[in-house]
Amino acid sequence: MSDSLYDKIGGEAAVDAAVDIFYRKVLADDRISKYFEGIDMETQAAKQKAFLTMAFGGPNSYTGMDMREGHAHLVKNGLNDSHFDAVMENLGATLSELNVPAELIAEAAAIAESTRNDVLGK
Amino acid sequence: MPKITYEGKQFDCEEDQTVLDCLARHGVTYPSSCQNGICQTCLMHATEGTVPAVAQKGLKETLKLQNYFLACTCKPTEDLVVSEPGTGVTQRVVAQVVGKKPLNHDIMRFQLAPDDEFEFRSGQFLHLKRDDGLVRSYSIASLPDSDTPIEIHVRRMDNGEMTTWLHDTLKVGDAVEIQGPVGECFYVPGNPEQNILLIGTGSGLGPLWGIVRDALKQGHTGRIHLFHGNYDINGLYLMDELKQLARDNPNFLYTPCVDSHAPEGVEEGRVDAVVSRTYSDLKDWKVFICGHANMVDNMKRKTFLAGASLQNIYADSFVDSSKEAA
Repeated sequence: MSDSLYDKIGGEAAVDAAVDIFYRKVLADDRISKYFEGIDMETQAAKQKAFLTMAFGGPNSYTGMDMREGHAHLVKNGLNDSHFDAVMENLGATLSELNVPAELIAEAAAIAESTRNDVLGK
Repeated sequence: MPKITYEGKQFDCEEDQTVLDCLARHGVTYPSSCQNGICQTCLMHATEGTVPAVAQKGLKETLKLQNYFLACTCKPTEDLVVSEPGTGVTQRVVAQVVGKKPLNHDIMRFQLAPDDEFEFRSGQFLHLKRDDGLVRSYSIASLPDSDTPIEIHVRRMDNGEMTTWLHDTLKVGDAVEIQGPVGECFYVPGNPEQNILLIGTGSGLGPLWGIVRDALKQGHTGRIHLFHGNYDINGLYLMDELKQLARDNPNFLYTPCVDSHAPEGVEEGRVDAVVSRTYSDLKDWKVFICGHANMVDNMKRKTFLAGASLQNIYADSFVDSSKEAA
């Protein structure tokens, strides 16, 4: 069985390749970079790796609660849909850069999109 | 059935059970998140016993070498003694002070000869314990060679209880307890052609001085470029030794920097600015950053944005109280 989204995207190796590219895009994006100031980069990269793995349809123990609690302090500081959109854009651009086919990017984007309400505390 | 020892308590780990599950089943809550060996929240240190390779997947090389692992993917095959990262002290020895010498107006070099074997890698740090229990951490500047004493560089801190005592009271012939080593800021052989960038401020030069010489000793052939920055020229030190090292090793480059009034042979500008104007593309480089916490955070970000992979960035922040100087 190698037809899951995770396998098609390239599994763990794809996540490893994506995490640096994705995190670099996020840090360089003026719309959202302020939310990453003063945060330990290793811890943050590990979280992004877990997030990307989930978005790629890989193994995860995602609970909406973790996402809500993890972002609550940012929501208080104004985190909103526009910031979530920026992250989605960076995710798409990362996958394009890794030459992931458009239909798989759409699948991953749909999974990531499903976390929107939890992230934004709606 | 393997036994897991954590915080002094021993637990039986059933077949096919992970360390995380085993602890949970015995009522011990250890931090975790993805539970799939990805997010690294449940990072642990095995101070005794060997962990399966699968439990080290995705970890930095320097963590693997020190027997760090992920509790959520570790199904032990033998007894383990485990602890939280950075807390597992593996060695405690008494060391004699055999050398004490000022390196500049506020940094003192101490040379310590341990009574027993004390294994470490250059750039890691040790905990130094005073008789009354006061403990501070200092990075190791010497090479792991049993013939030479352990060297630390200690900057005098305003109101720093330990550094004041070290500078003013501790003398050659005295004994102190050292514990450790701790830390993941050290050279790992196996990729001799990789370029290495080292950035330090103040007594952050200590660990870098150890790492540079360790890399050269282990036959590193790629470029090794050290930037040492300070507010003014009085804060730089080991300049003659570093210039000599650069003459002896064509692949080693040394760039001292000061914020202003740079004399001949010294770059003018803050070390972050000098590094950025020297190297704009750090793809595939290995990076070591040691010194003041703000500089370290800033340079981690800058070198990462310049293309260095996070897996290749090693940093050590000197925070004022628990790690007073080097």
